[in-house]
Amino acid sequence: MSEEIIKDVIIGESDDYIINMGPQHPSTHGVLRLEVCLQGETVKYLIPHVGYIHRGIEKMCEASSYPQIIHLTDRMDYLSAHMNNEAVCLCVENAMQVEVPERVKYIRTILDELNRIASHQLWWCAFGMDLGALTTFFYGLRDRELILDIFEESFGSRLLHSFNTPGGLMHDIHPNFQKRVKDFITYFRKKLPEYDQLLTGNVIFQQRAKGVGLMSKEKAIAYGVTGPSGRGSGFSCDLRKHAPYSAYDKVQFNEILYNEGDTFARYKVRMDEMWESMNIIEQLIDNIPDDGFTAKMKPIIKLPAGEYFQRVETARGEFAVYIVSDGNKTPYRIKFRSPNFSNLFVMNELASGGKIADLIAISGSLDLVIPDIDR
Amino acid sequence: MQKLELLAELQKHFPEAEFPENTQLTEMVISKDKIHEVAAVLKADETLAFDYLISQTAVDWKEKMTLVYHLESVKHRHTLVLKADVADRENPQVETVSDIWPTAIPHECEVFDLFGIRFNNHPALRRLFLEDDYGYPLRKDFRDEVNFIER
Repeated sequence: MSEEIIKDVIIGESDDYIINMGPQHPSTHGVLRLEVCLQGETVKYLIPHVGYIHRGIEKMCEASSYPQIIHLTDRMDYLSAHMNNEAVCLCVENAMQVEVPERVKYIRTILDELNRIASHQLWWCAFGMDLGALTTFFYGLRDRELILDIFEESFGSRLLHSFNTPGGLMHDIHPNFQKRVKDFITYFRKKLPEYDQLLTGNVIFQQRAKGVGLMSKEKAIAYGVTGPSGRGSGFSCDLRKHAPYSAYDKVQFNEILYNEGDTFARYKVRMDEMWESMNIIEQLIDNIPDDGFTAKMKPIIKLPAGEYFQRVETARGEFAVYIVSDGNKTPYRIKFRSPNFSNLFVMNELASGGKIADLIAISGSLDLVIPDIDR
Repeated sequence: MQKLELLAELQKHFPEAEFPENTQLTEMVISKDKIHEVAAVLKADETLAFDYLISQTAVDWKEKMTLVYHLESVKHRHTLVLKADVADRENPQVETVSDIWPTAIPHECEVFDLFGIRFNNHPALRRLFLEDDYGYPLRKDFRDEVNFIER
Protein backbone atom coordinates (compact mmCIF):
# COMPACT_ATOMS: atom_id res chain seq x y z
CA MET A 1 0.00 0.00 0.00
CA SER A 2 2.58 2.51 1.09
CA GLU A 3 4.79 1.44 -1.79
CA GLU A 4 2.07 2.28 -4.27
CA ILE A 5 1.67 5.81 -2.96
CA ILE A 6 5.35 6.48 -3.30
CA LYS A 7 5.27 5.12 -6.83
CA ASP A 8 2.44 7.52 -7.71
CA VAL A 9 4.36 10.47 -6.48
CA ILE A 10 7.50 9.62 -8.36
CA ILE A 11 6.22 8.25 -11.63
CA GLY A 12 2.61 9.44 -12.14
CA GLU A 13 1.67 12.78 -13.67
CA SER A 14 4.51 14.52 -11.91
CA ASP A 15 6.93 13.39 -14.61
CA ASP A 16 6.42 16.89 -15.97
CA TYR A 17 8.81 19.28 -14.42
CA ILE A 18 7.91 22.95 -14.49
CA ILE A 19 10.69 25.47 -14.19
CA ASN A 20 10.73 29.21 -14.54
CA MET A 21 13.27 30.58 -16.97
CA GLY A 22 13.66 34.18 -15.92
CA PRO A 23 12.71 36.87 -14.99
CA GLN A 24 16.44 37.32 -14.47
CA HIS A 25 17.81 34.76 -16.91
CA PRO A 26 20.74 36.21 -18.89
CA SER A 27 19.52 34.93 -22.25
CA THR A 28 16.14 36.69 -22.08
CA HIS A 29 17.87 40.10 -22.32
CA GLY A 30 15.36 41.69 -20.00
CA VAL A 31 12.70 40.78 -17.51
CA LEU A 32 10.74 38.03 -19.22
CA ARG A 33 9.63 34.85 -17.46
CA LEU A 34 9.09 31.68 -19.44
CA GLU A 35 7.18 28.97 -17.62
CA VAL A 36 8.72 25.88 -19.20
CA CYS A 37 7.23 22.43 -18.79
CA LEU A 38 9.91 19.79 -19.21
CA GLN A 39 9.90 16.05 -19.60
CA GLY A 40 13.49 15.11 -19.08
CA GLU A 41 15.33 17.54 -21.30
CA THR A 42 12.47 17.91 -23.77
CA VAL A 43 10.25 20.97 -23.68
CA LYS A 44 6.56 19.98 -23.60
CA TYR A 45 5.18 23.49 -23.72
CA LEU A 46 6.06 26.94 -22.50
CA ILE A 47 4.00 29.91 -21.38
CA PRO A 48 5.52 33.39 -21.57
CA HIS A 49 4.69 35.70 -18.65
CA VAL A 50 5.19 39.37 -19.40
CA GLY A 51 4.40 42.64 -17.66
CA TYR A 52 7.40 43.07 -15.38
CA ILE A 53 8.16 46.47 -16.87
CA HIS A 54 4.70 47.45 -18.06
CA ARG A 55 4.70 51.23 -17.83
CA GLY A 56 1.34 51.96 -19.40
CA ILE A 57 2.79 53.99 -22.26
CA GLU A 58 -0.50 53.96 -24.17
CA LYS A 59 -2.28 55.47 -21.16
CA MET A 60 0.46 58.03 -20.65
CA CYS A 61 0.18 59.07 -24.27
CA GLU A 62 -3.50 59.93 -23.79
CA ALA A 63 -2.35 62.81 -21.58
CA SER A 64 0.65 63.86 -23.71
CA SER A 65 0.92 66.11 -26.74
CA TYR A 66 2.31 64.65 -29.96
CA PRO A 67 5.86 66.05 -29.57
CA GLN A 68 5.90 64.53 -26.08
CA ILE A 69 4.77 61.13 -27.36
CA ILE A 70 7.93 60.92 -29.50
CA HIS A 71 10.00 60.66 -26.34
CA LEU A 72 7.92 57.78 -25.03
CA THR A 73 8.17 55.74 -28.21
CA ASP A 74 11.92 55.25 -28.10
CA ARG A 75 11.56 53.74 -24.62
CA MET A 76 9.72 50.79 -26.16
CA ASP A 77 12.13 49.18 -28.58
CA TYR A 78 15.20 51.09 -27.48
CA LEU A 79 17.37 49.49 -30.16
CA SER A 80 15.08 50.76 -32.94
CA ALA A 81 14.47 54.13 -31.30
CA HIS A 82 14.72 56.08 -34.52
CA MET A 83 12.19 53.98 -36.41
CA ASN A 84 9.69 54.17 -33.57
CA ASN A 85 9.97 57.96 -33.52
CA GLU A 86 9.57 58.03 -37.25
CA ALA A 87 6.34 56.03 -37.15
CA VAL A 88 4.62 58.58 -34.91
CA CYS A 89 6.03 61.50 -36.93
CA LEU A 90 4.84 60.02 -40.22
CA CYS A 91 1.41 59.35 -38.75
CA VAL A 92 1.06 62.94 -37.49
CA GLU A 93 2.39 64.42 -40.74
CA ASN A 94 0.02 62.24 -42.70
CA ALA A 95 -2.94 63.36 -40.63
CA MET A 96 -2.05 67.06 -40.90
CA GLN A 97 -1.15 66.64 -44.59
CA VAL A 98 2.25 68.24 -44.11
CA GLU A 99 4.84 67.61 -46.83
CA VAL A 100 8.25 67.32 -45.21
CA PRO A 101 11.37 68.51 -47.08
CA GLU A 102 13.33 65.98 -49.14
CA ARG A 103 16.33 66.51 -46.88
CA VAL A 104 14.35 65.21 -43.92
CA LYS A 105 13.29 62.10 -45.83
CA TYR A 106 16.86 61.32 -46.84
CA ILE A 107 18.30 61.85 -43.38
CA ARG A 108 15.54 59.78 -41.78
CA THR A 109 16.24 56.90 -44.15
CA ILE A 110 19.98 57.03 -43.50
CA LEU A 111 19.41 57.07 -39.74
CA ASP A 112 16.93 54.20 -40.00
CA GLU A 113 19.56 52.08 -41.66
CA LEU A 114 22.36 53.10 -39.29
CA ASN A 115 20.05 52.23 -36.43
CA ARG A 116 19.25 48.91 -38.08
CA ILE A 117 22.94 48.06 -38.44
CA ALA A 118 23.60 49.00 -34.80
CA SER A 119 20.67 46.88 -33.67
CA HIS A 120 21.72 43.86 -35.72
CA GLN A 121 25.28 44.20 -34.42
CA LEU A 122 24.08 44.05 -30.84
CA TRP A 123 21.84 41.11 -31.68
CA TRP A 124 24.78 39.34 -33.31
CA CYS A 125 27.03 39.76 -30.26
CA ALA A 126 24.33 38.67 -27.85
CA PHE A 127 23.26 35.73 -29.99
CA GLY A 128 26.79 34.44 -30.19
CA MET A 129 27.17 34.84 -26.46
CA ASP A 130 23.90 33.00 -25.77
CA LEU A 131 25.29 30.04 -27.69
CA GLY A 132 28.61 30.13 -25.87
CA ALA A 133 30.82 32.18 -28.17
CA LEU A 134 31.91 35.03 -25.92
CA THR A 135 34.29 36.61 -28.43
CA THR A 136 31.43 37.81 -30.65
CA PHE A 137 30.42 40.25 -27.95
CA PHE A 138 33.71 42.12 -28.20
CA TYR A 139 33.70 42.20 -32.01
CA GLY A 140 30.13 43.45 -32.24
CA LEU A 141 30.37 46.10 -29.58
CA ARG A 142 33.64 47.40 -31.00
CA ASP A 143 31.95 48.26 -34.30
CA ARG A 144 28.63 49.34 -32.80
CA GLU A 145 30.50 51.94 -30.77
CA LEU A 146 31.41 53.77 -33.98
CA ILE A 147 27.74 54.18 -34.95
CA LEU A 148 26.85 55.35 -31.47
CA ASP A 149 29.66 57.92 -31.68
CA ILE A 150 28.13 59.29 -34.89
CA PHE A 151 24.75 59.49 -33.16
CA GLU A 152 26.28 61.19 -30.16
CA GLU A 153 27.99 63.83 -32.26
CA SER A 154 24.90 64.61 -34.31
CA PHE A 155 22.07 64.33 -31.77
CA GLY A 156 23.75 64.49 -28.37
CA SER A 157 22.59 61.04 -27.27
CA ARG A 158 23.64 57.54 -28.12
CA LEU A 159 20.67 55.26 -27.65
CA LEU A 160 17.38 57.16 -27.25
CA HIS A 161 17.89 60.09 -29.56
CA SER A 162 14.32 61.38 -30.13
CA PHE A 163 15.75 63.19 -33.14
CA ASN A 164 12.52 63.21 -35.14
CA THR A 165 9.79 65.70 -34.49
CA PRO A 166 6.47 65.97 -36.31
CA GLY A 167 7.37 67.93 -39.44
CA GLY A 168 11.07 67.22 -39.59
CA LEU A 169 14.09 66.92 -37.35
CA MET A 170 15.06 68.57 -34.07
CA HIS A 171 18.02 70.33 -35.69
CA ASP A 172 20.28 69.89 -38.67
CA ILE A 173 22.91 67.15 -38.84
CA HIS A 174 26.47 67.83 -37.74
CA PRO A 175 28.84 69.03 -40.53
CA ASN A 176 30.97 65.92 -39.96
CA PHE A 177 28.03 63.56 -40.32
CA GLN A 178 28.41 62.62 -43.99
CA LYS A 179 32.15 62.07 -43.75
CA ARG A 180 31.90 59.97 -40.62
CA VAL A 181 29.14 57.80 -42.02
CA LYS A 182 31.15 57.18 -45.18
CA ASP A 183 34.22 56.33 -43.11
CA PHE A 184 32.15 53.91 -41.08
CA ILE A 185 30.80 52.16 -44.20
CA THR A 186 34.31 51.75 -45.60
CA TYR A 187 35.46 50.35 -42.26
CA PHE A 188 32.49 48.06 -41.72
CA ARG A 189 32.66 46.59 -45.22
CA LYS A 190 36.06 45.22 -44.20
CA LYS A 191 34.90 44.08 -40.76
CA LEU A 192 31.63 42.35 -41.62
CA PRO A 193 33.38 39.39 -43.34
CA GLU A 194 35.18 38.88 -40.01
CA TYR A 195 31.81 38.20 -38.42
CA ASP A 196 31.21 35.42 -40.90
CA GLN A 197 34.67 33.97 -40.34
CA LEU A 198 34.19 34.01 -36.61
CA LEU A 199 30.69 32.62 -36.23
CA THR A 200 28.77 31.80 -39.42
CA GLY A 201 31.07 29.02 -40.58
CA ASN A 202 31.72 27.66 -37.10
CA VAL A 203 30.74 23.98 -36.97
CA ILE A 204 29.54 24.06 -33.36
CA PHE A 205 27.42 27.10 -34.08
CA GLN A 206 25.93 25.61 -37.23
CA GLN A 207 25.01 22.41 -35.46
CA ARG A 208 23.21 24.36 -32.77
CA ALA A 209 21.39 26.58 -35.27
CA LYS A 210 20.54 24.49 -38.33
CA GLY A 211 17.20 22.73 -38.25
CA VAL A 212 16.35 24.16 -34.83
CA GLY A 213 13.07 25.98 -34.19
CA LEU A 214 11.46 25.34 -37.56
CA MET A 215 8.73 27.79 -38.52
CA SER A 216 6.75 27.42 -41.73
CA LYS A 217 5.65 30.40 -43.79
CA GLU A 218 2.00 29.74 -42.90
CA LYS A 219 2.83 29.73 -39.22
CA ALA A 220 4.77 32.98 -39.51
CA ILE A 221 1.79 34.68 -41.16
CA ALA A 222 -0.74 33.18 -38.75
CA TYR A 223 1.21 34.32 -35.70
CA GLY A 224 2.09 37.69 -37.24
CA VAL A 225 5.84 37.09 -37.03
CA THR A 226 7.39 39.93 -39.02
CA GLY A 227 10.83 41.34 -39.57
CA PRO A 228 13.92 39.20 -40.05
CA SER A 229 12.28 36.37 -38.07
CA GLY A 230 9.38 36.23 -40.52
CA ARG A 231 11.58 36.67 -43.58
CA GLY A 232 13.68 33.71 -42.48
CA SER A 233 10.53 31.64 -43.12
CA GLY A 234 9.86 33.14 -46.53
CA PHE A 235 7.13 35.53 -45.35
CA SER A 236 7.66 38.57 -47.58
CA CYS A 237 6.86 41.31 -45.07
CA ASP A 238 9.42 44.06 -45.66
CA LEU A 239 7.41 47.28 -45.45
CA ARG A 240 10.29 49.22 -46.95
CA LYS A 241 9.44 47.35 -50.16
CA HIS A 242 5.67 46.91 -49.89
CA ALA A 243 4.62 50.23 -48.38
CA PRO A 244 7.58 52.59 -48.92
CA TYR A 245 7.86 55.62 -46.68
CA SER A 246 10.51 58.38 -46.40
CA ALA A 247 13.10 57.86 -49.15
CA TYR A 248 12.79 54.09 -49.58
CA ASP A 249 11.09 54.51 -52.95
CA LYS A 250 14.23 56.23 -54.27
CA VAL A 251 16.74 53.49 -53.48
CA GLN A 252 17.49 50.08 -54.95
CA PHE A 253 17.70 47.21 -52.51
CA ASN A 254 16.70 43.59 -52.17
CA GLU A 255 14.31 42.12 -49.69
CA ILE A 256 16.23 39.32 -47.98
CA LEU A 257 14.21 36.11 -47.97
CA TYR A 258 15.17 32.63 -46.80
CA ASN A 259 12.84 29.68 -46.97
CA GLU A 260 14.38 27.28 -44.46
CA GLY A 261 12.59 28.79 -41.46
CA ASP A 262 15.12 27.60 -38.89
CA THR A 263 17.32 29.52 -36.50
CA PHE A 264 20.15 29.63 -39.01
CA ALA A 265 17.91 31.17 -41.68
CA ARG A 266 16.85 33.93 -39.29
CA TYR A 267 20.53 34.48 -38.54
CA LYS A 268 21.41 34.72 -42.24
CA VAL A 269 18.62 37.22 -42.91
CA ARG A 270 20.04 39.64 -40.37
CA MET A 271 23.60 39.20 -41.61
CA ASP A 272 22.53 39.94 -45.19
CA GLU A 273 20.41 42.87 -44.09
CA MET A 274 23.48 44.61 -42.74
CA TRP A 275 24.98 44.50 -46.25
CA GLU A 276 21.73 45.82 -47.75
CA SER A 277 21.57 48.61 -45.18
CA MET A 278 25.06 49.72 -46.16
CA ASN A 279 24.00 49.75 -49.82
CA ILE A 280 21.00 51.94 -49.01
CA ILE A 281 23.11 54.40 -47.03
CA GLU A 282 25.69 54.63 -49.81
CA GLN A 283 23.02 55.50 -52.35
CA LEU A 284 21.74 58.38 -50.23
CA ILE A 285 24.64 59.83 -48.28
CA ASP A 286 26.14 61.90 -51.13
CA ASN A 287 22.81 63.16 -52.49
CA ILE A 288 21.19 64.73 -49.44
CA PRO A 289 19.23 67.70 -50.84
CA ASP A 290 19.51 71.07 -49.13
CA ASP A 291 15.97 72.28 -48.51
CA GLY A 292 15.73 72.71 -44.78
CA PHE A 293 15.52 70.27 -41.92
CA THR A 294 11.93 70.93 -40.93
CA ALA A 295 8.61 71.87 -42.48
CA LYS A 296 6.66 74.82 -41.14
CA MET A 297 4.56 73.53 -38.27
CA LYS A 298 2.09 75.21 -35.95
CA PRO A 299 3.37 75.66 -32.39
CA ILE A 300 0.54 73.50 -31.03
CA ILE A 301 -0.16 70.37 -33.03
CA LYS A 302 -3.80 69.33 -33.21
CA LEU A 303 -4.85 66.48 -35.44
CA PRO A 304 -8.21 66.66 -37.23
CA ALA A 305 -10.74 64.28 -35.73
CA GLY A 306 -10.36 60.85 -37.29
CA GLU A 307 -8.30 57.70 -37.26
CA TYR A 308 -4.81 57.31 -38.61
CA PHE A 309 -2.63 54.26 -39.12
CA GLN A 310 1.04 54.15 -40.02
CA ARG A 311 3.39 51.19 -40.34
CA VAL A 312 7.16 51.19 -40.46
CA GLU A 313 9.78 48.46 -40.60
CA THR A 314 11.96 48.44 -37.49
CA ALA A 315 14.95 46.18 -36.93
CA ARG A 316 12.60 43.56 -35.44
CA GLY A 317 9.58 43.77 -37.68
CA GLU A 318 6.46 45.73 -38.28
CA PHE A 319 5.82 48.61 -35.92
CA ALA A 320 2.46 50.30 -36.36
CA VAL A 321 0.86 53.33 -34.76
CA TYR A 322 -2.91 53.71 -34.61
CA ILE A 323 -4.07 57.16 -33.50
CA VAL A 324 -7.69 58.03 -32.78
CA SER A 325 -8.02 61.80 -32.56
CA ASP A 326 -10.97 63.87 -31.39
CA GLY A 327 -9.42 67.15 -32.55
CA ASN A 328 -7.53 67.94 -29.35
CA LYS A 329 -3.80 68.32 -28.88
CA THR A 330 -3.62 64.92 -27.18
CA PRO A 331 -4.73 61.69 -28.85
CA TYR A 332 -8.02 60.19 -27.71
CA ARG A 333 -6.52 56.72 -28.01
CA ILE A 334 -3.17 55.57 -29.29
CA LYS A 335 -2.17 51.99 -29.95
CA PHE A 336 1.30 50.74 -30.70
CA ARG A 337 1.52 47.47 -32.55
CA SER A 338 4.95 46.32 -31.49
CA PRO A 339 6.73 43.59 -33.44
CA ASN A 340 8.15 41.78 -30.41
CA PHE A 341 4.72 41.28 -28.85
CA SER A 342 3.63 39.09 -31.76
CA ASN A 343 7.05 37.50 -32.21
CA LEU A 344 7.23 36.34 -28.59
CA PHE A 345 4.03 34.31 -28.59
CA VAL A 346 5.13 32.03 -31.41
CA MET A 347 7.88 30.69 -29.19
CA ASN A 348 5.70 27.93 -27.74
CA GLU A 349 5.16 26.60 -31.28
CA LEU A 350 8.87 26.67 -32.09
CA ALA A 351 10.26 25.27 -28.86
CA SER A 352 7.73 22.51 -28.06
CA GLY A 353 9.20 19.11 -28.71
CA GLY A 354 12.76 20.41 -28.78
CA LYS A 355 15.49 20.33 -26.18
CA ILE A 356 15.81 23.00 -23.53
CA ALA A 357 19.21 24.04 -24.85
CA ASP A 358 17.56 24.84 -28.20
CA LEU A 359 15.17 27.17 -26.41
CA ILE A 360 18.07 29.56 -25.86
CA ALA A 361 18.94 29.46 -29.56
CA ILE A 362 15.31 30.07 -30.52
CA SER A 363 14.74 32.99 -28.19
CA GLY A 364 18.04 34.48 -29.35
CA SER A 365 17.10 34.14 -33.01
CA LEU A 366 13.75 35.90 -32.46
CA ASP A 367 15.74 38.90 -31.14
CA LEU A 368 13.33 39.99 -28.44
CA VAL A 369 13.44 43.36 -26.74
CA ILE A 370 11.29 43.11 -23.61
CA PRO A 371 10.26 46.77 -23.05
CA ASP A 372 8.68 46.63 -26.50
CA ILE A 373 6.48 43.70 -25.43
CA ASP A 374 5.33 45.26 -22.17
CA ARG A 375 5.00 48.87 -23.37
CA MET B 1 -6.63 45.03 -55.36
CA GLN B 2 -7.58 48.70 -55.55
CA LYS B 3 -9.58 50.32 -52.77
CA LEU B 4 -12.78 50.60 -54.84
CA GLU B 5 -12.64 47.02 -56.11
CA LEU B 6 -12.06 45.80 -52.58
CA LEU B 7 -15.05 47.81 -51.37
CA ALA B 8 -17.28 46.33 -54.07
CA GLU B 9 -16.09 42.83 -53.22
CA LEU B 10 -16.77 43.36 -49.52
CA GLN B 11 -20.23 44.77 -50.20
CA LYS B 12 -21.02 41.68 -52.24
CA HIS B 13 -20.02 39.35 -49.39
CA PHE B 14 -21.41 41.36 -46.47
CA PRO B 15 -24.52 43.27 -47.56
CA GLU B 16 -25.56 44.02 -43.97
CA ALA B 17 -22.22 45.68 -43.03
CA GLU B 18 -21.66 49.44 -42.93
CA PHE B 19 -18.83 51.11 -44.82
CA PRO B 20 -17.86 54.54 -43.38
CA GLU B 21 -16.63 57.03 -45.98
CA ASN B 22 -13.62 59.36 -46.06
CA THR B 23 -11.37 57.12 -44.01
CA GLN B 24 -7.66 56.55 -44.48
CA LEU B 25 -8.03 52.79 -44.95
CA THR B 26 -11.04 50.78 -46.08
CA GLU B 27 -13.27 50.29 -43.05
CA MET B 28 -16.10 47.88 -42.37
CA VAL B 29 -18.40 47.99 -39.35
CA ILE B 30 -20.29 44.85 -38.39
CA SER B 31 -22.43 43.68 -35.52
CA LYS B 32 -20.43 42.08 -32.71
CA ASP B 33 -22.39 38.81 -32.84
CA LYS B 34 -21.25 38.23 -36.42
CA ILE B 35 -17.55 38.74 -35.77
CA HIS B 36 -16.45 35.11 -35.91
CA GLU B 37 -18.58 34.36 -38.96
CA VAL B 38 -17.28 37.41 -40.87
CA ALA B 39 -13.67 36.74 -39.87
CA ALA B 40 -13.88 33.18 -41.19
CA VAL B 41 -15.13 34.41 -44.58
CA LEU B 42 -12.51 37.18 -44.73
CA LYS B 43 -9.76 34.65 -44.31
CA ALA B 44 -11.11 31.80 -46.40
CA ASP B 45 -12.37 33.71 -49.46
CA GLU B 46 -9.91 33.59 -52.38
CA THR B 47 -10.37 37.17 -53.57
CA LEU B 48 -10.25 38.66 -50.04
CA ALA B 49 -7.71 36.31 -48.39
CA PHE B 50 -7.05 38.38 -45.26
CA ASP B 51 -4.58 36.00 -43.67
CA TYR B 52 -2.51 38.40 -41.59
CA LEU B 53 -3.94 40.13 -38.52
CA ILE B 54 -1.69 43.16 -38.05
CA SER B 55 -3.14 44.34 -34.78
CA GLN B 56 -6.22 44.04 -32.67
CA THR B 57 -7.30 46.63 -30.15
CA ALA B 58 -10.26 48.52 -28.73
CA VAL B 59 -11.32 52.13 -28.27
CA ASP B 60 -13.49 53.32 -25.40
CA TRP B 61 -16.10 55.86 -26.55
CA LYS B 62 -17.71 56.10 -23.08
CA GLU B 63 -21.20 54.98 -24.20
CA LYS B 64 -19.76 52.02 -26.10
CA MET B 65 -16.48 50.29 -26.84
CA THR B 66 -15.29 49.55 -30.35
CA LEU B 67 -13.14 46.57 -31.25
CA VAL B 68 -10.70 47.37 -34.06
CA TYR B 69 -8.99 44.73 -36.19
CA HIS B 70 -6.34 45.73 -38.73
CA LEU B 71 -6.06 43.09 -41.43
CA GLU B 72 -3.83 42.57 -44.42
CA SER B 73 -3.75 40.07 -47.23
CA VAL B 74 -0.23 38.85 -47.90
CA LYS B 75 -1.21 37.62 -51.36
CA HIS B 76 -3.10 40.69 -52.63
CA ARG B 77 -1.48 43.35 -50.38
CA HIS B 78 -4.72 45.07 -49.47
CA THR B 79 -5.68 46.18 -45.97
CA LEU B 80 -8.96 46.42 -44.10
CA VAL B 81 -10.05 47.84 -40.77
CA LEU B 82 -12.77 45.70 -39.24
CA LYS B 83 -14.81 47.24 -36.45
CA ALA B 84 -17.51 46.04 -34.08
CA ASP B 85 -19.25 47.95 -31.31
CA VAL B 86 -19.67 46.49 -27.83
CA ALA B 87 -22.38 48.33 -25.95
CA ASP B 88 -22.38 46.40 -22.65
CA ARG B 89 -19.85 47.86 -20.20
CA GLU B 90 -20.65 45.66 -17.21
CA ASN B 91 -20.01 42.29 -18.78
CA PRO B 92 -18.83 42.74 -22.38
CA GLN B 93 -18.47 39.46 -24.26
CA VAL B 94 -17.35 38.77 -27.82
CA GLU B 95 -16.56 35.62 -29.77
CA THR B 96 -12.83 34.99 -30.17
CA VAL B 97 -11.09 34.99 -33.56
CA SER B 98 -7.98 33.25 -32.26
CA ASP B 99 -8.87 30.01 -34.06
CA ILE B 100 -8.78 31.93 -37.36
CA TRP B 101 -5.71 34.10 -36.70
CA PRO B 102 -3.61 32.57 -33.87
CA THR B 103 -1.85 35.90 -33.32
CA ALA B 104 -5.12 37.05 -31.76
CA ILE B 105 -4.39 34.85 -28.71
CA PRO B 106 -2.03 37.39 -27.09
CA HIS B 107 -3.81 40.38 -28.61
CA GLU B 108 -7.13 39.34 -27.10
CA CYS B 109 -5.45 38.81 -23.74
CA GLU B 110 -4.15 42.36 -23.98
CA VAL B 111 -7.59 43.77 -24.83
CA PHE B 112 -9.09 41.81 -21.94
CA ASP B 113 -6.37 43.08 -19.63
CA LEU B 114 -6.73 46.75 -20.52
CA PHE B 115 -10.44 47.03 -21.46
CA GLY B 116 -12.11 44.12 -19.70
CA ILE B 117 -13.72 42.69 -22.82
CA ARG B 118 -14.11 38.91 -22.47
CA PHE B 119 -13.53 36.66 -25.46
CA ASN B 120 -15.60 33.49 -25.51
CA ASN B 121 -13.91 30.21 -26.49
CA HIS B 122 -10.46 31.76 -26.14
CA PRO B 123 -7.94 28.99 -25.32
CA ALA B 124 -6.17 30.81 -22.47
CA LEU B 125 -7.68 34.15 -21.58
CA ARG B 126 -5.67 35.76 -18.77
CA ARG B 127 -4.50 39.14 -17.59
CA LEU B 128 -1.25 39.69 -19.40
CA PHE B 129 0.37 42.69 -17.74
CA LEU B 130 -1.60 43.60 -14.64
CA GLU B 131 -2.82 42.05 -11.39
CA ASP B 132 -6.12 40.17 -11.38
CA ASP B 133 -7.87 42.68 -9.09
CA TYR B 134 -6.64 45.78 -10.90
CA GLY B 135 -9.18 47.84 -12.89
CA TYR B 136 -9.23 48.21 -16.65
CA PRO B 137 -6.90 51.17 -17.19
CA LEU B 138 -7.61 52.08 -20.80
CA ARG B 139 -11.29 52.66 -20.08
CA LYS B 140 -12.04 56.34 -19.87
CA ASP B 141 -13.75 56.07 -16.49
CA PHE B 142 -10.73 54.38 -14.87
CA ARG B 143 -9.43 56.21 -11.80
CA ASP B 144 -6.35 55.48 -9.77
CA GLU B 145 -6.36 57.61 -6.62
CA VAL B 146 -2.74 56.88 -5.77
CA ASN B 147 -0.84 57.23 -9.03
CA PHE B 148 -2.95 59.70 -11.03
CA ILE B 149 -2.52 63.45 -11.02
CA GLU B 150 -5.62 65.24 -12.31
CA ARG B 151 -5.02 68.52 -14.04
